[in-house]
Amino acid sequence: MKCSRKWLTEFVDLPVSEVGDRAFAEAMSVSGSKVESTEDLSLTMKNVKVGKVLSIERHPDSDHMWVCQIDIGEGNPVQICTGAQNVREGDLVPTALDGSLLPGGIEIKAKPLRGIPSDGMLCSFKELGMTQHDFPYAIEDGILILQGDYAPGDDMAVKLGLDDHVVDFEITPNRPDCLCMIGLARETAVTFGKKLELHEPVVAAKAGGSIADVAKIVIEDADLCPRYTARMVKNVKIAPSPEWMKERIRNAGMRPINNIVDITNYVMMEYGQPMHAFDFSCVGDGEIHVRRAKAGEVIRTLDGTERNLTTDMLCICDTEKPVAVAGVMGGENSEIVGDTAMVLFESACFNGPSIRRTATALGMRTDASSRFEKGLDMQNTLKAVERACELIELLGAGEVVPGVIDVVPEPFEETTLKLEPEKINELLGTEIDADAMKKILGDLGFTFEGDVVHVPSWRADVVHYSDLAEEVARFYGYNEIPTRFTGAISTCGGYTPLQQCERQVGEILRSVGLDEIITYSFISPSYYDKIRMPSDSPLRDSLKILNPLGEDTSIMRTTVLPSMLEILTRNYNFRNKAAALYEIGRIYLKREDGLSDEPKIVSIGMYGSDVDFFRLKGIVETLVSGITGKQMRFEAEKKNASYHPGRCARVYVQGKVVGVFGQIHPEVASEYGVDTELYCAELSFDTLFALHRELPVYTPLPKFPSVSRDIAVVCASDIPVGDLSACIMENGGPFLRECTVFDVYTGHHIAEGLKSVAFSLSMRADDRTMTDDDAESTVKSVLFALKERYNAVIR
Amino acid sequence: MKEMMEKLREASIKAILESEDVDSLEALRVKYLGKKGELTGILRQMGRLSAEERPLMGQLANRLRADIEATIDARKQVLSTALMEKKLEAEAVDVTLPAAETHLGHKHPMYNVLDQIKDIFIGMGFEILDGSEVELSDYNFTKLNIEDSHPSREWTDTFYFTEDSRVCLRTQTSPMQVHAMETKPLPIRMIAPGRVYRKDEVDATHSPMFHQIEGMVIDKGVTMSDLKATLNLVVEKIYGEGTVTRFRPHHFPFTEPSAELDIRCHKCGGKGCPTCKGEGWIEVLGCGMIHPKVLAGCGIDPDVYSGWAFGMGLERLAMGEYKISDLRLIFENDERFLEQF
Repeated sequence: MKCSRKWLTEFVDLPVSEVGDRAFAEAMSVSGSKVESTEDLSLTMKNVKVGKVLSIERHPDSDHMWVCQIDIGEGNPVQICTGAQNVREGDLVPTALDGSLLPGGIEIKAKPLRGIPSDGMLCSFKELGMTQHDFPYAIEDGILILQGDYAPGDDMAVKLGLDDHVVDFEITPNRPDCLCMIGLARETAVTFGKKLELHEPVVAAKAGGSIADVAKIVIEDADLCPRYTARMVKNVKIAPSPEWMKERIRNAGMRPINNIVDITNYVMMEYGQPMHAFDFSCVGDGEIHVRRAKAGEVIRTLDGTERNLTTDMLCICDTEKPVAVAGVMGGENSEIVGDTAMVLFESACFNGPSIRRTATALGMRTDASSRFEKGLDMQNTLKAVERACELIELLGAGEVVPGVIDVVPEPFEETTLKLEPEKINELLGTEIDADAMKKILGDLGFTFEGDVVHVPSWRADVVHYSDLAEEVARFYGYNEIPTRFTGAISTCGGYTPLQQCERQVGEILRSVGLDEIITYSFISPSYYDKIRMPSDSPLRDSLKILNPLGEDTSIMRTTVLPSMLEILTRNYNFRNKAAALYEIGRIYLKREDGLSDEPKIVSIGMYGSDVDFFRLKGIVETLVSGITGKQMRFEAEKKNASYHPGRCARVYVQGKVVGVFGQIHPEVASEYGVDTELYCAELSFDTLFALHRELPVYTPLPKFPSVSRDIAVVCASDIPVGDLSACIMENGGPFLRECTVFDVYTGHHIAEGLKSVAFSLSMRADDRTMTDDDAESTVKSVLFALKERYNAVIR
Repeated sequence: MKEMMEKLREASIKAILESEDVDSLEALRVKYLGKKGELTGILRQMGRLSAEERPLMGQLANRLRADIEATIDARKQVLSTALMEKKLEAEAVDVTLPAAETHLGHKHPMYNVLDQIKDIFIGMGFEILDGSEVELSDYNFTKLNIEDSHPSREWTDTFYFTEDSRVCLRTQTSPMQVHAMETKPLPIRMIAPGRVYRKDEVDATHSPMFHQIEGMVIDKGVTMSDLKATLNLVVEKIYGEGTVTRFRPHHFPFTEPSAELDIRCHKCGGKGCPTCKGEGWIEVLGCGMIHPKVLAGCGIDPDVYSGWAFGMGLERLAMGEYKISDLRLIFENDERFLEQF
């Protein structure tokens, strides 16, 4: 919301000379009207004077240029060369002098043109940042020949109203009353302790007859239109608005058009009430019907676009057809044109959400609709239409017909609240006395009967005592409220065991060199094909976003794999030599009640020259043992289609599957366009947490030395070494503490289909030094078991 | 005989001092002092001496043996020191060569910032809550006093899973306020960080998924004064001691009064610069006193209990802290980016 400081002084005596932009912005922001920016318009145009053309001669060295002597009201005339062909002796022209500044930051300097000195430039309206509407009498591609109240030496910036400062406010959606000069003036007045000067419009209405004789208004859908107020003007004379009005309209960020349109915009900016002007001769049978559109109805709006209306859209119609989309835009069929003679001013109140939906559906958010959608003060319609008619008379733009049509199917209901100062102070932590509260509220337009507060009609946002507390606090000053801790802290903060476990997972993964990533929770359904997920997998049944931004972000992921693969691929495409990444991310599993279970998955992804299955396995082992402190078991996983069937494993702890890891299937990798081995792991964080290490209990350190024996056995090559190790540990008896594999060999001296596996056994007794016999008997029972179970024989 | 010993002394010491390694030194020891060595050879001739000369020569011989031994030991010391020096010299490395790789992983920069904030609040007695992202509109909107016609509920703004708009992706972490109020015993001090979703196209400052931190306190006698004191402290912890704050009225449907907390621009000190868009202040978070209607709606008597809440965006905070210019970098996960934090 742009606000002209000059215009504001009409309501509050607070010129820029008294409170500068910065102080104004600060004070208004902290009282609740956030200032986005301020602009001193005078800085946009400097040293441009009104000049009078004293003489004009052909440039001696050019067949199209002219040399003018210009009187700029002081000193000697200046000499300016121009290429424009519309300048005549005696004309008043905007003259940009040496060192002047034009809108858009263009600087003008004196310099010779084809050998003839030129002290500046004569300007067109475009060069002054204006439009044809600002100077309807001027030609577009020539010098602006000024008409009216201009004299040599006048500062053009002042004449164009640029001796103004514009403040841009960010108004929160609960305060549509501040989307106008009066609303902002009220806030300004209370903020600076000044008096608010409001003007009561007076309409003479000297035309004959009465509006009731010519017009009829019927509200058919009162749920969407609680009030419709109208007045009539006849013998309309469409003309440009006076300079002062154009200036205000421009400085508020709009464009002047003509007197009637400008008046509707002016009143909207002054009172916050959007208005519409109909060419009444185009309203069939002189009747206005406010109703929802009928199926199939079409209207061509003022922007020249054909609009298909739907039955939930409110329209202003005559007896047959829509003449406007209510609160959004008028129809071309009733537009104000040059020969419009009879104008009906509409000042109505519409249902906000309905207007918003209509504007959104039609794709045209207008100044009017953006106000209506926030819900406007229905008590404002009459004042606004009166003001419009007053301006008609002031501008001599027509004759106002006596009488007002004011249809109010839903009378205004005033909100009353109880003023409870102690409750307000309790909420704020302040000790503001009741009178001070009443003073603030009174200045804002609230009235009192004892401790009953009457909320003004424009403050629909105030419905609760806490709203009153905010009003009091705003002007008492948020920053004046003392800062103190109320009472002792009676809660004990901290991480839960689950959160601690999650942090620990991150710490372990970083300590082995993985970097943390954050990926989107939504993916494309096509990613399931990309990772070769079986077509009958229940994981394909994802929560589907009905209104996604696009296909790629349209379903909630049930697996973290595609997210990780996407990031690995991206890094690969960035030509990063290696990547080692992790994410503790959620998957989203559809639930019966329409919501989702959102378990966390520890997702790991790697590629690079030193990455292979066993590097990944080492990381998985470090993580699982770090978190659980328990033994784990690995089993080959051949059926997971996303992974290499020969390089994929499931990891178990205490019989529970913790997750799966391995090399990504080369076909999946090539789907992603990656020409290197990718390695991923997907581990259930919940399972890890369920198995997480309890408080460890100290085990005494060994008092006696351990003994080690190496054995090598030959067995069928398809027997997993892990099974052999497990068999050894199970059958090693009381002394066997550890069994490590140190060699697996096939080739020379080993028959086809067999392999040799070498283990180192570490043995120890707790109560004595082990004897050779103890060791031999352990080895013997191990070898016996290996032979029995796997037909593995000592080499 | 005396002359022979003197000769031996001269020759042996010379030979010892000239020896170049430990092995030849040992050979010299055998040559001069061994059982068949030269000194023994001389001493064998003792028998020929008179009884008076014998002890004298014995003394001389012992002295000579001791001197040769001492010389050998000293020489040995010199040689072994030199040997060690030579060895160390040969073992010297070029310390400027690259190290054997040990890679320490990096936390995502945004979670660095989040952890910092969690620690601040834990220190003040807060717990951390975690909740679902697929949420009922009832919790995301209705129970937060956001009316049915509110623009944020539109399908152009919020992602929905059901035609009747019953289930959505949460657009804010604020539903965690409601969940906490409905399930936790009072008093409550909590923060709830997490992912939130809005229908924004990806650009340098927008993402359809981003992160917020919600915070809430409910207790008897909690006031706006308490809100200010706590958040001022938090902001000082995040932005450094002496950070100047201001509270500015704002609007949120679920708090009343509502405020935004600004900090004075650290770059220009409040004069106005591109960082603060000329305003001199930078918006940090939204906050306010929990609307009594929201409390009552969650079964908490607003006449007995009161509370305050805040919400802040994590991305912007992290971007500010690490001078990250483009939001897309946060979710791109380029190793070259991640390694910097």
